[in-house]
Amino acid sequence: MTHLPYIIAAYGLTLGVAIVLSVNAALRLRRARARLATIERPGRAARTPGRPA
Amino acid sequence: MNATQSLTARTGNLFHRYANPGRFLRLGARLQPWLTWPALVLSIAGLVWGLFLSPADWQQGDSVRIMYVHVPTAWLASSGYMGLAVCSLLSLVWRHPLADLAAVEIGPVGAAITAVCLATGSLWGKPMWGTWWVWDARLTSVLVLFFLYLGHIALIRAFDEPQRGYRAAAILGLAGAIDLPIIKFSVQWWNTLHQPDSITVTGAPTMSTSMLWPLAVVTLGFTLGFGAIVLARLRAAVMESRIRTALAANRGRQDTSTGNAT
Repeated sequence: MTHLPYIIAAYGLTLGVAIVLSVNAALRLRRARARLATIERPGRAARTPGRPA
Repeated sequence: MNATQSLTARTGNLFHRYANPGRFLRLGARLQPWLTWPALVLSIAGLVWGLFLSPADWQQGDSVRIMYVHVPTAWLASSGYMGLAVCSLLSLVWRHPLADLAAVEIGPVGAAITAVCLATGSLWGKPMWGTWWVWDARLTSVLVLFFLYLGHIALIRAFDEPQRGYRAAAILGLAGAIDLPIIKFSVQWWNTLHQPDSITVTGAPTMSTSMLWPLAVVTLGFTLGFGAIVLARLRAAVMESRIRTALAANRGRQDTSTGNAT
């Protein structure tokens, strides 16, 4: 295969950026979903620290 | 109400049906796998096809295989900005609440893809043209697109009040769309080192079908992948917004309770 270093660099860069963007989006979505589920769980407000009894 | 106002109102109502965060999150959750899995399958299939199974070019040799990553990223750089411009229009004309969030989430993904387009173009240009970069109209207009994305990201964060940042960024997003026809027609309007388009809407493609098919598959895969990433980021942004609202409401209730107790 001719021009192999250029081809490897182009594909490596594209796949690297695609993986970083995908993993970042997936982790952010998972964190947000978990946090929202914790906050919106019924009765959660009653257990909030600092809330007067 | 005249016909234009009526059309504007009807279009606004159509867009606002999905402004409800709960409805959007339900729709987004259903849509996500239909974008993600086809994107993954088509991208892998198209890249393997382009890299190992498609023929080398008689003139360019195997360096033509860079086309299978360069052309889809070039298409996404422009169409991603078109999406950002549409969101800017929705924000400025109809004050659509999700349009600002969508523009915020498209910006970084579009900037990263445009950077990849520029870098893969350089990696293709060096062996073919003998140089990494020339200031010709096509390359320069894509570089301007990259700076427009960066400007949009910076403007959103430039104000203490988010709404002012959204407005300023939406104006830039809309005004910057003028760069898209310049990118498209730069190879016809000016004498450029960059080759003219091989695929046009009106004419027959000037490349072999043995190269056109893998290019079409990988372009479709990358487009679905771009949609999947932006949708996932937008769903996360809507959830984060709900988290902030819920925490603020909780704090408000605590402050009220503390005030009543004292």
